[in-house]
Amino acid sequence: MNAVPNSHAGNAYNFGFLDEYAKKEVRRAILKAIAIPGYQVPYASREMPMGRGFGTGGLQLTLSLIGPDDVVKVIDQGSDDSVNAVNLRRFIEMTCPGVSTTTKTAEATLIQSRHRIPELPLTSNQIIVLQVPYPDPLVVVEPSEDKRKTMHGEADYSRLLVKLYEDLVKFDEITISHRYPTRINGHYVIDPSPIPRWDVPKLNDSAALILFGAGREKKIYAVPPHTKAVPLAFNDVPFRVEDFRDEQGRRRACARCGCVNSFLDEFVADSGSKTYQCSDSDWCDSQLLQARQTEGEPA
Amino acid sequence: MNKILEVRGLSKIYGPGCPQCLESTGPEADTNLCPHCGSVVAIHAVSFDLYEGEILGVMGESGSGKSTVVKTLYFDQAPSSGEAFFFDNDKQYELFALNAAQQRWLRNHRFGMVYQNPNLGLNFNITAGGNIAERLLMSDLLHYGAIRERAKTLLARTEVLLSRIDDLPKHFSGGMQQRVQIAKALATQPPLLFLDEVTTGLDLSVQARILDLILEIQQELKTAMIVVTHDLGVIRLLTGRAIVMKYGRVIEAGLTDQILEDPQHAYTQRLVASAL
Repeated sequence: MNAVPNSHAGNAYNFGFLDEYAKKEVRRAILKAIAIPGYQVPYASREMPMGRGFGTGGLQLTLSLIGPDDVVKVIDQGSDDSVNAVNLRRFIEMTCPGVSTTTKTAEATLIQSRHRIPELPLTSNQIIVLQVPYPDPLVVVEPSEDKRKTMHGEADYSRLLVKLYEDLVKFDEITISHRYPTRINGHYVIDPSPIPRWDVPKLNDSAALILFGAGREKKIYAVPPHTKAVPLAFNDVPFRVEDFRDEQGRRRACARCGCVNSFLDEFVADSGSKTYQCSDSDWCDSQLLQARQTEGEPA
Repeated sequence: MNKILEVRGLSKIYGPGCPQCLESTGPEADTNLCPHCGSVVAIHAVSFDLYEGEILGVMGESGSGKSTVVKTLYFDQAPSSGEAFFFDNDKQYELFALNAAQQRWLRNHRFGMVYQNPNLGLNFNITAGGNIAERLLMSDLLHYGAIRERAKTLLARTEVLLSRIDDLPKHFSGGMQQRVQIAKALATQPPLLFLDEVTTGLDLSVQARILDLILEIQQELKTAMIVVTHDLGVIRLLTGRAIVMKYGRVIEAGLTDQILEDPQHAYTQRLVASAL
């Protein structure tokens, strides 16, 4: 183990910014999180050179897992080009010399993401790290952390279900748009970070390892590969994802690539007209490329 | 008659406790505060049996430990010592030997509690129906339609207007809150119900209707109940047997009529005389 900061490639930081002891501690927490699917493992979240709440939890996981052979992709709400993603990617490039970065989901071995899971199904060679603002789903019904820990231990989630009941009474549907409480491996219920409902089914039986890191709240948890992940719901009111049909009942398509089976972002023009576009920019690009190639082929 | 509950030597001491606690407190010492260590002997050596469909009254003045008895049995507080056996469908549970999850299971599935203060029994920030749903969800009923039907049946049974099922209980009158609390307690059809000063603070006509409701439930469902109250009228109306407590000790126990007509202990004599 190399705990001494090495200064190759012209910077004074250790590979991956964190010192080796810090990485070791995070890795141990990750191993425990994988061993107990859905359990929130506390860890000593380090000060990072950016404000807590800007993805420091996810970043510490990424920096602890990263090796010189890794290909890293950073996403912010589906996009590789938004400020948070660009900054984190540059930071990784600066502190991890030799590591290559990409915007292509298929090429990445390690994906750090804020609020989305890529549309392209992940493979067993990939790890996805999600940035988490609020790790505990019970925080909306129980303010005391002590009591929440007992509730998690006894798998007592009836008060979360009461919340769903109240939604159904008031609005005739479950109104949770993101952070949908999901039960992992039949016991612990997790807050799957603010991914939309669209992404929740991707947690179930995923080929890739899914890790969650909360920097401010100092918690790490995991959904290991091929683990059951079931969103909380009633027997007669099943969980459903976002509905992208228009008034005529047709599925809306991406205005850019024409895709009809991706999660869409809504853009409202000054005139009030709405357009829809894929939230996952890499997916959109690859759909577009595919369409061009098919067009270019002789009939 | 089937026995539902057997309580033996139940004690609860708040504070460090010392060897002189027990002899220097109680009705003879005229205090429940130990002069040597300052501990409060809330209850000591309380024993009684409860049978199926029976209503047992627990009476006594404020601070006599009557509420502590039901709070320990409902697992709101852990007792200092003592045993309690709960008999349910040929199964026998030793209440204080169970782990927390088992205690929670019993509490959610087989016990019901109605507190004097609806604040304790109800969540005022969710609807009346939601409060009942909470109890049903705790007992693993996960069908929205079925929960809704059951909540409506229970509220109708406890005479709460069905049009108010989706209103918050904090907007209800005291009597209505108490009726919602009873509906919630009855949601899982528990064989054992604890009622802690349910009519205290309600006006007389509302009191009478709540007491009627409790009696009807006992007749219909054969629910065994422990009724804690300082109101001798409630004791006389509801209960078949009663125990009288003072400074944490049981000073008299027997048939309610017998206790009220021919009290043996000086304190009970005074209590009955002052009320009649």
